[in-house]
Amino acid sequence: MFDDGSILNQLLIERLNYFIYVVLLLIGLWAMIAKNNLIKKLIGMSIFQTAIILFYVSIGVKDGATIPIYLPEHDPHGSDAQRDLNGTGSLLIEPQVLDASLIPQYTNPLPHVLMLTAIVVGVATLGLALSICLRIYRAYGTVEEDELLIKLENEDARKKGLPRKRWPRRKPTQNKPGSSIKNKKAGLPERTRVTKPDSARSRKPRNQTNRADRTGPESSHKSQEIEKKRPARRKRAKSSNPTKEDNAS
Amino acid sequence: MSDSIVWIVLFPLLGAVICTLFGTFSKKLCYPVSVLSMALSVWASVKTLIQAMHSSDHQVSYILGGWSLDLFPRGVGIEFRADLLGALIALVVSGVGFIVSLYSKIPVQRQTPGKEPMYYGLFLLQIVGLAGITLTGDAFNLYVLIEVAALTGYGLIAMGSNRAAAATFNYVILGTIGASLYLLGVGYLYLKTGTLNMLGIHEAIETHGLHESPAMQVAFVLVLLGILIKMAFFPFHAWLPKSYCHAPTTTSCLLAPLVTKVMIYVMIRMILSVFGVDFSFESTWWAEVLPWLVVVAIICAAVMALAQREIKSMLAYLIVAEVGYMVGGVWIYNYFGLVGSIFHVISDACMTLCLFLGAGIILEKCQTTHFDGLRGLFAKMPLTMIGFFIGGFSIIGLPPTCGFFSKWYLITGGMVSERWEYMITLMFSTMVMVVLFFRLIERIHLAVDESGKNLGKGHGDLGLTKEQTRFDEAPLSMLIPLLIAASIVILVGVYNQEVADQIEIFLHDFDLPTGVHYQ
Repeated sequence: MFDDGSILNQLLIERLNYFIYVVLLLIGLWAMIAKNNLIKKLIGMSIFQTAIILFYVSIGVKDGATIPIYLPEHDPHGSDAQRDLNGTGSLLIEPQVLDASLIPQYTNPLPHVLMLTAIVVGVATLGLALSICLRIYRAYGTVEEDELLIKLENEDARKKGLPRKRWPRRKPTQNKPGSSIKNKKAGLPERTRVTKPDSARSRKPRNQTNRADRTGPESSHKSQEIEKKRPARRKRAKSSNPTKEDNAS
Repeated sequence: MSDSIVWIVLFPLLGAVICTLFGTFSKKLCYPVSVLSMALSVWASVKTLIQAMHSSDHQVSYILGGWSLDLFPRGVGIEFRADLLGALIALVVSGVGFIVSLYSKIPVQRQTPGKEPMYYGLFLLQIVGLAGITLTGDAFNLYVLIEVAALTGYGLIAMGSNRAAAATFNYVILGTIGASLYLLGVGYLYLKTGTLNMLGIHEAIETHGLHESPAMQVAFVLVLLGILIKMAFFPFHAWLPKSYCHAPTTTSCLLAPLVTKVMIYVMIRMILSVFGVDFSFESTWWAEVLPWLVVVAIICAAVMALAQREIKSMLAYLIVAEVGYMVGGVWIYNYFGLVGSIFHVISDACMTLCLFLGAGIILEKCQTTHFDGLRGLFAKMPLTMIGFFIGGFSIIGLPPTCGFFSKWYLITGGMVSERWEYMITLMFSTMVMVVLFFRLIERIHLAVDESGKNLGKGHGDLGLTKEQTRFDEAPLSMLIPLLIAASIVILVGVYNQEVADQIEIFLHDFDLPTGVHYQ
């Protein structure tokens, strides 16, 4: 099973690092695209960047090699350095240029050094993104992307004087949470008009659907139920406008 | 003195430090400091361009940290290199930065009150990042500078309304994916060639014959994909329109003309100087696929621009369409296409600047950029509107403006390579832009109600009330930059031959097909 040249051998033993880096990369990418929670997206972003760091570090690895600094006896600052203490204090052994035979025993430091920079960049990006998240949370009270989109849509609608949209109605069952298609839909006045007056809903069903949609498989079932109920409610809402104040209170 | 190339980047950097450190004590300091440092940066980039034009190999090179080429091989130490292309784009970057910093006085005070030091610090750092991208000769350094430009860009956009912060989040995610993919590509390049210097990578590809290497092709695809995301090429454009139209005025004026264009510069640099023409156009299947993607991109972006009812978001979609033009000009793979593409980078920066400056003034004066709020603006502020229209005419491509000449080269390129689909798409999108801008012109000159019906009765009656036509011009600190930008649009158009000559000298070294007549 682990013969030389077999795919399994290559993946799990010879190139395990690269295999893991690709897996991590894809996990990060998936989290960034598919997750609904902004913080989870950022975690995905971190994983994505870390995968690249793993890749760079892997290409810098060499078996049995050592760190690329002077050998002890050549190091002008190390404990083995010998100085002419009686006279001028100059070094007895000058720093030496490595000859070609010594080079194979050192690893290449450059990929690791590059990754120090990449880590710094990653930290800066993460910090900035978290601060943006904080601002979004303070302004809109949520870090869930679908809730945020609906709030943004409502904000647009309020500016244009269109009716507001309520959270449970337009739960994105038709498109995936976090997909960019939804982004484009936000802010179109025609779509906001689909919503009914606020009186159509009370608090209770809102929370139910909210929870139901989170829990997965049954969610489609429940939202279908609500779908069925919808027309009846709409009629009621149209006929009885005064209930608005009742519900609001 | 070959130092001026470094001063292009250093002046804004020093300005940023001064603004953030001393700006907290006196906020009035920030505006003059940023204008001054940008003016010095423009001076340095003009000097660099002149040096590059007069030097024998048409480039200026400077290795940071004193690692001279005499003592060390190429690739030790980070090199700043400006050939004619880099110097031209650097001049565009610092020039746009200068004009926007002049313009920024009122909008920054109005939209980010109390945060001027931080705002100007980020503003100048943004210029550092963008100018650095155009000048660096090191592939990893390019990544760092891309991130410098991106991080400051996120900050600049998020300083606006809460809405802007929400829009920035998508930009952060997509921008990070783009930059990380580029970094990954550079990793493969380094793996294969053992150097990060752009010239060194190119030499290694040529001497070791890496054209067929799968690792290089992976590197190429990753780098290109990363850059395409960063430049908001059509399927990846989702971050651009929202973040640009909710950003503070000065931010959108600075970012819209520069960020996407600088990324196109990076693509041209990667194709020509790093991977080489042969590798880029013949080793992968991209050269076959991308022109068709460009067609889709331009059409979709143009149609989406038609659907917008707000100036700023309309302009944002126009940028996406223009990105399609330039990517197409590169990937139709011939001499004229590339000349057109590079020329269009320059002219598009000028005209987008013009349009966004105009839109900023409209926002300042009318408190809205929605189409319905534009009634009778021409009578109200004629000079602003003339500047705005010059930008618009240039986007359409009317002859005295620079947009005409770059589009001319692009269409010539399409004909020479017999890429008829690209040519037809360019024509189509030109038509769409005519519709877009003449619809705007109608609304700005006349009174048009929400459904598009003209309220005037003709014979000099425009349907405007006295109140709507009262002369109320924009403040001078905003008007003058707009007029400078408009005159640059026309000047680049009038002196198009001089600009094109420099681009042709740059492209002379590369082996590009020039079509039947020139063989």
